[in-house]
Amino acid sequence: MEELLRGVEGFMYPNEVELQWSILIVIYPFVTGLVAGAFILASLERVFNVEAVKPTYRLALLTALAFLLVAPLPLQLHLGHPERSFEMFLTPHTSSAMAMFGFVYLWYLLAVLVLEIWLDYRQDIVRWAEEARGIRGLLYRALTLGSRNVSAEALRLDDRAGRIITIVGIPSAFLLHGYVGFIFGSVKANPWWSTPLMPVVFLFSAMVSGIAVVLLLYVILSRIRRRPVDMACADTVARYLFYAFLVDFSLEMLDLVHRIYEADESFRSLDFMVHTRLYVPHIVVQILLGTLLPIGLLALTQVLRLEPGWRLRLYVSAACLTLVGIFAMRWNVVIGGQLFSKSFLGYTTYKLAFAGREGLLPALFTLVLPLGILALLLRLLPPWEEKAPAA
Amino acid sequence: MKRNRREFLQHGGVLLLLTGASSLAWEHVAAGEPEAAPGYDETAHWWAMAIDIERCIGCGNCVRACKAENDVPLEPFYFRTWVERYAVPAGDPEHPAAESPNGGFDGFPPAAPGEGIKRFYVPKLCNHCAHSPCVQVCPVGATFETRDGLVLVDKNYCLGCRYCVQACPYGCRFIDPRTRTVDKCTLCAHRLAKGLTTACCEACPTGARRLGDLKDRKDPIHRFLAQRPVHVLKPHLATGAKVYYAGLDGSVR
Amino acid sequence: MSRSPSPSAHLLRMALLFAAGLVVFLAVRALLVPQGFGRYGHYRPGAAEENRARPLHHAGEAACADCHGDVAEAKAPGPHAGVHCEACHGPLKVHADDPEAVKPALPAVPALCLRCHREDGAKPKGFPAVDGSHGGGEPCLGCHKPHDPRIS
Repeated sequence: MEELLRGVEGFMYPNEVELQWSILIVIYPFVTGLVAGAFILASLERVFNVEAVKPTYRLALLTALAFLLVAPLPLQLHLGHPERSFEMFLTPHTSSAMAMFGFVYLWYLLAVLVLEIWLDYRQDIVRWAEEARGIRGLLYRALTLGSRNVSAEALRLDDRAGRIITIVGIPSAFLLHGYVGFIFGSVKANPWWSTPLMPVVFLFSAMVSGIAVVLLLYVILSRIRRRPVDMACADTVARYLFYAFLVDFSLEMLDLVHRIYEADESFRSLDFMVHTRLYVPHIVVQILLGTLLPIGLLALTQVLRLEPGWRLRLYVSAACLTLVGIFAMRWNVVIGGQLFSKSFLGYTTYKLAFAGREGLLPALFTLVLPLGILALLLRLLPPWEEKAPAA
Repeated sequence: MKRNRREFLQHGGVLLLLTGASSLAWEHVAAGEPEAAPGYDETAHWWAMAIDIERCIGCGNCVRACKAENDVPLEPFYFRTWVERYAVPAGDPEHPAAESPNGGFDGFPPAAPGEGIKRFYVPKLCNHCAHSPCVQVCPVGATFETRDGLVLVDKNYCLGCRYCVQACPYGCRFIDPRTRTVDKCTLCAHRLAKGLTTACCEACPTGARRLGDLKDRKDPIHRFLAQRPVHVLKPHLATGAKVYYAGLDGSVR
Repeated sequence: MSRSPSPSAHLLRMALLFAAGLVVFLAVRALLVPQGFGRYGHYRPGAAEENRARPLHHAGEAACADCHGDVAEAKAPGPHAGVHCEACHGPLKVHADDPEAVKPALPAVPALCLRCHREDGAKPKGFPAVDGSHGGGEPCLGCHKPHDPRIS
């Protein structure tokens, strides 16, 4: 702890020296961002009838579910009293953006994501309920809710219901991640956070990261299944990634240019911080590697006529860089916002422990666990018809 | 849908378990209100503090008294009140230097000599804002403003999410590592309820810190506010801060 | 289960599940919300009382004057009139509650005096501050009485 004091440059209010929100609070918006973005991609097919992305539709929904199930974990690890977190359901303080977390989360998980997955898979669930045995069979039979009616009428109803849920789901996804942006954007005490652009920037970077992760998973899973990648699908998804990225980048540049231009009291402090302690995470990782480079790679694929192998390589590279860049963006907002003093007279450091409740190890676990859950979901609710089983 | 049902059951089961496990603590929380200070009428007071910069000598008595009175951890990261020393170069008021070694707990070492540098002490504490941003952001209602104008923390209800610490513009909140909940200056509510002054005001040898009751017409704070040039910290944030500084230099953050 | 359910049966059953869940949630919530929450604001009224129930450690000047009226009188005309007893002697509620059982240790001089009076470049104008040369090495108490430090 004393190390922290030595890391202080200039003056920090004594209570500010130790950071309050750790890497876990970086991970939470990153994960809910993936959820919101993956869902938006899925809704492209359902609501806007973009047929080309159909191969990724179910994968996007399952990805969203896997990450959403893990989303509360970093928060629980962070809370001083996780056993009291249900108080948010008992006495939510309506003036606090954070208070809506419990309700928005439950709403989105149950009323949107779970329902949509159930409705889309129902026909298959009924078939699996008859074919499968053992615990898996039990699971499918329970999922049918006792009704194996998959007549044309039933399916039509399912499709309609699914459509309505998706339409409701889009603003719900915006809310699920937008409120996180508002949590930061509404803190007048912190000029790095306090901007009306914050929820919008969060949302667009969420869409970018969600689309990127689904694209990446689709390509990886196709490799694992030894199936060819549907290039029309990959091209379309990559195109949407490109567009979303352009908007996201423009918004972030708008924020930056506005700050530099107005150069208010906080600017000197923030500018210094970005050029010193935040230089690598912000300039190098977020902007250069995580935004400009993937935008450039994607632009190449739009402008040049490349053969599919090369296009795929560029898509995968861009997607990986994007995920790193969006993580860095969350890092720079959350950690960056706490590195400078609210007196604008000094800076502190963030000591990331390896173990411990808020250390690197549990943080990595929260990022890896959703992939494990996704693997399970892919087994239970396979998104694609397997014509010939992979060897 | 089994997953749905399973989740409901799981959530319900966990809820029941937690309720059972923490029933002891919860009984205390759920029960009525123990009478700690019978005869103290919240609605008869509206507390504030008057700080006279021209009297503060940076002795650190207030910091020590507060830590003793309120059982605050002694490490240099946890302060309900602290003292800062400013050094403002005469020609450059926009670039002051400030320091607060261990919050002023051990006083201050002699300052390095320098020409044309204005130095002074600034005691800081929770401003018990009338429009408190920390109360606004608490997700569950674990921090609140009382009817006598104090912003307090409910240690039995606080989740330790630290949103209020982020929202406070003055840096007056911290997490108590022992309870893992938020802690901050309570304006010695336990002393005010018994007609005593705060520990920091009790210990201040020069009268730089003085508790004031804005509802008491006879309180000297009214004359203080009427006659001295008075500032609050960060007025542009409109927090309704109730700690009034007389003689505060414009460079103070 | 063998009779074929209607095309919308599963939707209705799901809706029922949701409704049941809502009812359970509301019931549990009603049980767990603390009594009186929200009476004066969005908080548990007991919390304010809990804050007021904390133990005292400083007795306050008035309590000292009860037994040590002579000291209060000695202080009154001098520049330390506004310096409360516990500012130098530390928190002494335990002593005030049981004067025989707890005898406070006298604070160490000159460390105590220098805590306030050492010149450090930031003292306000007019405040009596001294540096190492003051008194020519004489102990503080050689010339000053702590309760009324004026040199007569």
